[in-house]
Amino acid sequence: MKLLVPVKRVIDYNVKVRVKSDQSGVDLANVKMSMNPFDEIAVEEAVRMKEAGTAQEIVVVSIGPEKAQDQIRQALAMGADRGLLVKTEAETEPLGVATLLKAIVEEEKPDLVIMGKQAIDDDCNQTGQMLAALLGWPQGTFASKIEKKDGEIHVTREIDGGLQTVSLKLPAVVTTDLRLNEPRYASLPNIMKAKKKPLDVKDPSDYGVDLKPRLEVLKVTEPPKREGGVKVETVAELVDKLKNEAGVL
Amino acid sequence: MAILVVADHHNEALSDATHKTVTAAQQIGGDIDILVAGKDCRPVAEAAAKIAGVRKVLYADDARYEHRLAEPLAALIVSLADDYDAILKAATTTGKNVMPRAAALLDVMQVSDIIAVEAPDTFVRPIYAGNALQTVKSTDKKKVVTVRATAFKAAEENGSASIEDVQPADDPGLSSFVKEELTKSERPELTAAKIVISGGRALGSYENFEKLIFPIADKLGAAVGASRAAVDAGYVPNDYQVGQTGKVVAPELYIAVGISGAIQHLAGMKDSKVIVAINKDEEAPIFQVADYGLVADLFKALPELNEALG
Ligand SMILES: Cc1cc2nc3c(=O)[nH]c(=O)nc-3n(C[C@H](O)[C@H](O)[C@H](O)COP(=O)(O)OP(=O)(O)OC[C@H]3O[C@@H](n4cnc5c(N)ncnc54)[C@H](O)[C@@H]3O)c2cc1C
Ligand SMILES: Nc1ncnc2c1ncn2[C@@H]1O[C@H](COP(=O)(O)O)[C@@H](O)[C@H]1O
Repeated sequence: MKLLVPVKRVIDYNVKVRVKSDQSGVDLANVKMSMNPFDEIAVEEAVRMKEAGTAQEIVVVSIGPEKAQDQIRQALAMGADRGLLVKTEAETEPLGVATLLKAIVEEEKPDLVIMGKQAIDDDCNQTGQMLAALLGWPQGTFASKIEKKDGEIHVTREIDGGLQTVSLKLPAVVTTDLRLNEPRYASLPNIMKAKKKPLDVKDPSDYGVDLKPRLEVLKVTEPPKREGGVKVETVAELVDKLKNEAGVL
Repeated sequence: MAILVVADHHNEALSDATHKTVTAAQQIGGDIDILVAGKDCRPVAEAAAKIAGVRKVLYADDARYEHRLAEPLAALIVSLADDYDAILKAATTTGKNVMPRAAALLDVMQVSDIIAVEAPDTFVRPIYAGNALQTVKSTDKKKVVTVRATAFKAAEENGSASIEDVQPADDPGLSSFVKEELTKSERPELTAAKIVISGGRALGSYENFEKLIFPIADKLGAAVGASRAAVDAGYVPNDYQVGQTGKVVAPELYIAVGISGAIQHLAGMKDSKVIVAINKDEEAPIFQVADYGLVADLFKALPELNEALG
């Protein structure tokens, strides 16, 4: 199989974000940026499929700024074969990204697209489902297990009540959940090797796709701050406060 | 305006998340219809017909909707979309799975996980694990929206809407159901419970959840939750996870035991009314959001708490 893995450059998950005082967004100046954690899981899964002989080629694509090459290089160092950056400085929206990814899929013709279930910046959880819709492909979202079986792909999905397994015809789109795997760290030799792997840079207009957002962001604000309360010394004091002060027991 | 609310259910009972989504729909304003798609689930449609302010219930009963697969369900929603200006569903795992697919087929950019309605086209939603709130205006003609149920009150049940059968839409036949392994529990559902007690990595094992957390949960009539670390380690099933990428809860009382309080965990519980933290590290970030903090070893504190609750 040929695999396509879209990865997004996002603020690192350890960074405590700050809302800009003019309410235009969050402050991204000088903060650590990383590959979206779910996308790292997607890359890892793709590399494992290649190591197992289920997949032969892995193409990684990111839509984002020049700097998103760092995230593509990281994926190449983890074991992907080839990278593609579609360069835009504007913030992207799932429908626009999905439309662009569709054009890329039509060119690359992968058998399976593996991507994150959610970008931890916009927390949208949409792009994979939208891509599947636009392509007319099946979708296996929130995957905690992926297995190729009799020409189809079995995806175990994390759902509210537990787990659901579905079988998808190929080609298909799968989105990753946290427990699919634990991504590897790239070794130094692999990081060196990744520098020589091919990485194409293109423009959205090369695909004739308009990334104009459909949602207008009116403002971004700080959520109401929760104040820390008091420390209690003993369990008895805790129970007393919950009963008599908070009235929740 | 006409609004379609897609019901949440597992063929047996209507989930409370639907009532809350109806409230969000009422805030947008307009005629509200509810779609109940499933298999042999007329009681669910009847329950939906009782929700206050609902004009009618559209009932699609067919095997292809039994397991809530995204492809046929999205096709059904799209087949009904012409009649509606807005389509809403709770941001449950089914909502998250199906709605973006329907949105893309309608060429609409979905507004995910809203916590407030500012105007019929303007919504507030958390981003960055709830560390910022974004107010967005949708420029699409039709609105496709998923709703964070904990942010809205449940609509009342004094209505008596009519139930209308609708034809199933063509099934694209792209996927099929293999199996479901659902967690069985006598305890209340996490997102609906008034009290939640959650355990973290410090619990160390399923046995410790069983020995220390479950008895307290049962005394309090509470649901049990967990941090990602506890789920990853296999102490409890995946659907116990509270947080940015798990469930969002907002009970009257949330008790966090042996949980450090990473932002991804806080994202799922910081709207609880009263938060209690039990942690042996007095510097643990969870104490910054806790109304009552107890610095203690959980292996000592939990048996005491169990005792104190009588
Ligand atoms: C993309 C992404 C998404 C994520 N989504 C989620 C999510 O949805 N939900 C979530 O919870 N996490 C999520 N996480 C993980 C999160 O960052 C933390 O790693 C996780 O919440 C930590 O779990 P924990 O608090 O149980 O473990 P730890 O951080 O290891 O904390 C354990 C705590 O237990 C205390 N302790 C130890 N022993 C005792 C004792 N005997 N008595 C009392 N206290 C004790 C320690 O002091 C410590 O504070 C996500 C991470 C990423 C990258
Ligand atoms: N700009 C982008 N470039 C590449 N992949 C993206 C981009 N935006 C979103 N994705 C993919 O879509 C997934 C879900 O994102 P979202 O729908 O924004 O939560 C991410 O985990 C990525 O795999």
